[in-house]
Amino acid sequence: MRASAIELFSLSSLLSLQNTGGRERGIGILFDGNNFERLMGGLFVTIRISLLSAALSLPLGILFGMLMTRRNPLTKALSRIYLDFIRIMPQLVLLFLVYFGTARAFALSLSGELSAVIVFVLWGTAELGDLVRGALVSIPRIQYESAAALGLTPLQTAFFIIIPQTVRRLIPLAINLVTRMVKTSSLVVLIGVVEVLKTGQQIIDANRFRYPTAALPIYGVIFLLYFLVCWPISLFAGCLEKRWRD
Amino acid sequence: MKKSMAAAVFLSALLLAGALSGCASQSEKTGSSAQSAAEGKKEGSASFRTVEEIRNSGVIRIGVFTDKAPFGYIDSKGENQGYDVFYARRIAEDLGVKAEFTSLDPASRVEYVSTGKIDITLANFTVTKERAEQVDFALPYMKVALGVVSPEDKEIKSVEELKGKTLIIAKGTTAETYFEKNHPEVKLQKYDAYADAYNALLDGRGDAFSTDNTEVIAWAKTNPGYVVGIETLGDYDTIAAAVAKGNTELLDFLNEEIRALGKENFFHKDYEETLKPVFGDDTDPDSIVVEGGEAVKN
Repeated sequence: MRASAIELFSLSSLLSLQNTGGRERGIGILFDGNNFERLMGGLFVTIRISLLSAALSLPLGILFGMLMTRRNPLTKALSRIYLDFIRIMPQLVLLFLVYFGTARAFALSLSGELSAVIVFVLWGTAELGDLVRGALVSIPRIQYESAAALGLTPLQTAFFIIIPQTVRRLIPLAINLVTRMVKTSSLVVLIGVVEVLKTGQQIIDANRFRYPTAALPIYGVIFLLYFLVCWPISLFAGCLEKRWRD
Repeated sequence: MKKSMAAAVFLSALLLAGALSGCASQSEKTGSSAQSAAEGKKEGSASFRTVEEIRNSGVIRIGVFTDKAPFGYIDSKGENQGYDVFYARRIAEDLGVKAEFTSLDPASRVEYVSTGKIDITLANFTVTKERAEQVDFALPYMKVALGVVSPEDKEIKSVEELKGKTLIIAKGTTAETYFEKNHPEVKLQKYDAYADAYNALLDGRGDAFSTDNTEVIAWAKTNPGYVVGIETLGDYDTIAAAVAKGNTELLDFLNEEIRALGKENFFHKDYEETLKPVFGDDTDPDSIVVEGGEAVKN
């Protein structure tokens, strides 16, 4: 309840910002020509890249997390290296590596969007995998032992006892990762993909000489758009958490 | 530690290869192997497209800025516009192909053209020695020098007038190096950001402000009461199109194109269309425009 009050507050302060911007014709440039459509198109690119990556990372991350709990030293070492590599590398470097690196090394020309999805899936799988591993490890041993004592098979134990508890612990963390993906997707401009933030900057720049003060209100609108994407995700997570509460 | 890094690199390459083969990617093996052998390109360097390949595909991929008005920007209809874009469209027209624009950022301009992601960089690319090692520059179509802007009532028209006065500059710009080296008699007041430097001029903390002439001319136009007393100063830098290293065929085409366009005063027309509305009538086009690839100092 408290969280949503804060969110409403920021929303209203943003709306007032929008109003003052309107008076000096800052926000008005949004509706010149098809600027607004372009901004929406940019938003769609942002959503497409981040949600597609999130959807692919989810199953892959769960698999990877399960792999990480294996005792086999080889899988352990390999997954550790993969995780650390992705974690240490800034996403920007990864984007450059995939986008330009593949062109240099294999003379393979990937589109910017495909490269972005590859990088975000690599990143999401690594991070989510680690979260899954953490959640799995955090289930006390006694849960397995009790299940065995009740005569459940390992498959039944996983399905009825372990996975439901793991998923509950995972939801807030996974949502956090998805919203971070939405925000990080603004980096893809550097490999030529024009998303919502870049479209906003283009609109600001095209009016730089006529309306030099347009920047703030436009960024305000962009903030609102990011908020509108991330808020439902966070609401959905809240719903799930509530429903699964013991 | 070194070993694990090597392993990490290997692993990521492996993962990448896996991811790539999984995704249906269109592999554009452009430059044929025979050609790359003939060019004697260094191992691992990406391919570029020859003029014939561009013509056959019907599309030339040109990288431009989309947020640097008035040189490369997007208008409210969503179309690429600007001084660079005007020239880019003409290149496509003369090749008989369609222009496909890619939005570039300053940091990735070299990489785009040298990996063959685009055929030509036309994003206000200043010719420098370091860049010339990585890409091939065509003949220039524009130049930038320093400009000095000052209040109208105390206009500064020559460097001599600056003696003993305070000049505002932004740190790390060509203006800083130029004045430190050539005019130590001018007192400098340095600021980190352009916005701060302009504010200092507006507040009267200095007598004049110097940076790229394209920048000060556009600024003076939107700030009444200020004039650019010195439009060109110091060594100018030239701005040119760039192609992948070794793509001589496309480079020759561009150079011939520039010479031919010079005969019809194409870049003055370009200036009229794209820069004049921003720079105003008082600015001399020849302080910016280079015609026929011959940058003459004025």
